[in-house]
Amino acid sequence: MMAKNKQVDEATGTDFVGHEWDGIEELDTPMPRWWVWTFYLTIIWGIVYLILYPAWPMVNSATKGVLGWTSRGELAAEMSALEKERAPILKALADIPLKDLPANERLMQTAIQGGQAAFKTHCVQCHGSGAAGSKGYPNLNDDEWLWGGDMEAIQYSIVNGIRNPDHADTRFSQMPAFGDILSAGEIDALTSHVLNMSERGKLVANGAALYEQNCAVCHGADGKGDRAQGAPSLTDAISLYGNDADSIRHSISKSRQGVMPRWNDKLDPVTIKMLTAFVWSRGGGEQPVSSEADTGADASATGAENAGDQ
Amino acid sequence: MPETSDPAAALGPLYEARKGVYPKAVDGFFRRFKWAIMAFTLAVYYITPWIRWDRGEYAPDQAVLIDMANRRFYMFQIEIWPHEFYYVAGMLIMAGIGLFLVTSAVGRAWCGYSCPQTVWTDLFQHVDRFVDGDRNAQMRLANGPWTAKKIGKRALKYAIYLFVAFWTGGAWIMYFADAPTLTVDFWTGQAAAIAYITVAVLTATTFVFGGFMREQVCIYMCPWPRIQTAMMDEKSLLVTYKDWRGEQRGSVKKAAKEPEAFGDCVDCNQCVAVCPTGIDIREGPQIGCITCALCIDACDSVMEQVGRDRGLIDYCTLDDAEAEKAGEAPTPPIKTLFRPRTVIYFTIWSAIGAAMLFTLGQRSRLDLSVEHGRNPVYVQLSDGTIRNNYVVKIRNMETRPRSVNLRISGLDDSVLWMAGGTRAQAGNKLTINVAPDSTGKIPVFVAAPGDGPAQTSFDITVESQDDAEVGDSDEIVFERPER
Repeated sequence: MMAKNKQVDEATGTDFVGHEWDGIEELDTPMPRWWVWTFYLTIIWGIVYLILYPAWPMVNSATKGVLGWTSRGELAAEMSALEKERAPILKALADIPLKDLPANERLMQTAIQGGQAAFKTHCVQCHGSGAAGSKGYPNLNDDEWLWGGDMEAIQYSIVNGIRNPDHADTRFSQMPAFGDILSAGEIDALTSHVLNMSERGKLVANGAALYEQNCAVCHGADGKGDRAQGAPSLTDAISLYGNDADSIRHSISKSRQGVMPRWNDKLDPVTIKMLTAFVWSRGGGEQPVSSEADTGADASATGAENAGDQ
Repeated sequence: MPETSDPAAALGPLYEARKGVYPKAVDGFFRRFKWAIMAFTLAVYYITPWIRWDRGEYAPDQAVLIDMANRRFYMFQIEIWPHEFYYVAGMLIMAGIGLFLVTSAVGRAWCGYSCPQTVWTDLFQHVDRFVDGDRNAQMRLANGPWTAKKIGKRALKYAIYLFVAFWTGGAWIMYFADAPTLTVDFWTGQAAAIAYITVAVLTATTFVFGGFMREQVCIYMCPWPRIQTAMMDEKSLLVTYKDWRGEQRGSVKKAAKEPEAFGDCVDCNQCVAVCPTGIDIREGPQIGCITCALCIDACDSVMEQVGRDRGLIDYCTLDDAEAEKAGEAPTPPIKTLFRPRTVIYFTIWSAIGAAMLFTLGQRSRLDLSVEHGRNPVYVQLSDGTIRNNYVVKIRNMETRPRSVNLRISGLDDSVLWMAGGTRAQAGNKLTINVAPDSTGKIPVFVAAPGDGPAQTSFDITVESQDDAEVGDSDEIVFERPER
């Protein structure tokens, strides 16, 4: 056998391995040099890597490596670099008064984007990913606001929360549960009256009188509500807790006490400002109610007319 | 038959170690033509990025600029955005078909005259002659011992190679950024890493391909000669040694003794000496021949010296060669040039060119795309009106700020406004300012009465304020609750 192993192929001058299948023999062709050197290089690379980086598993952890590199350290470095990059614009956002923010296009865009990110972390659990809410959780896209829809009002709601038990400045209102006060018949009459206010129910005899006595104080004689008390308008097409007869009857007899946490103990002022801008920009945002705002609105109206003339 | 039992041995090795090619300097019509083309192509390559072109204050003033960072391609008055990349694709297709056209009309003219590998190899061969002297001196030096003089000459030559190679790589990056700024940044160490890497890579490839590999790139690396081989036909222009006239080869002295026994070729070997790829054209058409025609120049000058007719080596088609051999008149060049094949290539090539020019002239520089907000699909407002949200993208592809009108039509009693505005003041038109050469992304609100079908299609139209003809329109759906 040894003698056969030593046989050399005449054509190429290469040794035979000694295997033979039906007269076809295998040559012991050496590895290409470049391949062998690449292989040696990978071994050297591996040894260097083992020394420089955490690699060798020990009982509790792994060897630390000469460079002291960790993936957590890399993440921390990247995050701090990002913070450094963001610092100037966050500073500008912190400095700008809320009422001037919408006019500053660049800061407003930053605020809306940042607010959207914060919204996805903190707000979507109740208000939904599109800020469209659900029954009992306000839709932030529409033009109906319980407590006001200008930037200041929105920011106040975010900062202080609603019916927050541990916070004195929280927005607070409490509608009595009329089920304990009025009879079932009277509640039915009031339900019909409220339905009638949004032009959907029949007028009932004692409805108006019951409303006048029990509800008008907060919701107003015309049912338009009062934002100062967080009393919703009863005349429009949308309602936080549903505007079918059963939902309205339930709201009257049991009362509704929705709660929103305050965020001033969890989020920094810039994040809250960005959330305000995001919520305001969803489509229902209102201009502040003041003489200054009125002239602003007039100016933009004139601008629109001019644009139309061209 | 023992000698054919091993096919590999019969063919010889598949790869041959490079034999040095030391082409001799030559003068003549084609050499001068090559000089002209070399000067022209190198000038185009080095000077183009430095040509300025005024586009106003909002766009770069470089005539030819491939602006990767901002995703713009500028070529004189044409500006191409990424979504118009088909123009670049069209140019590449034209370049491809142009190569087919040139090959079918005049043979390997691309290889012989304007291929960068040919131009730079030619340049480097001139460097060789400048430092080492002509063919014989070069050969002596190459085969001689490593004396101080040889080392000095080699060092000088490689330094010039490196300088040319570096200049080649350095010019390349100028197409990708503002050339004067980049030049300053490059030398002050402020340019992007990719600039230095690109220059380093191109310096290395130019140094190796132009200085050392030369004709091997054409023979072993480049696919184009192989493709051309398949494209050649009997009407393709080739550099041809007219063997029926030249053979039997013999010196002037021998031919003087026996005029009948010898042809016109005096076997002076000048055609081989001047060949930049080191082939012998007298062996017939071959892949190593790039048809640079320098052997024609060399042979013509020898024929003049010995008082024989020029054109022993000449541009000639296979058909004409056959005809001439048989003593017939060659086909007129015009007939060779205008044959179905060239006409078809030219038609395709010019049709693509005309189509591109036409669409370039027709393209609108104001573009609109509208995306319907899906979360939520619609919003019910307090008075029962339904509002939909849209993100409108307006591409202002002109290099000036523009005011555009955004209109909605086809949706009854609808109004349109932006964040910051109010529905009360909204109409069916908005005026939007879009920054120059950029895409404006504007969230807009559209409101319409709540009673209507669940889905209504309507149009959002954008038009330039200064030219109502310029604009774009997008059909989009308005969603209402199902009833």
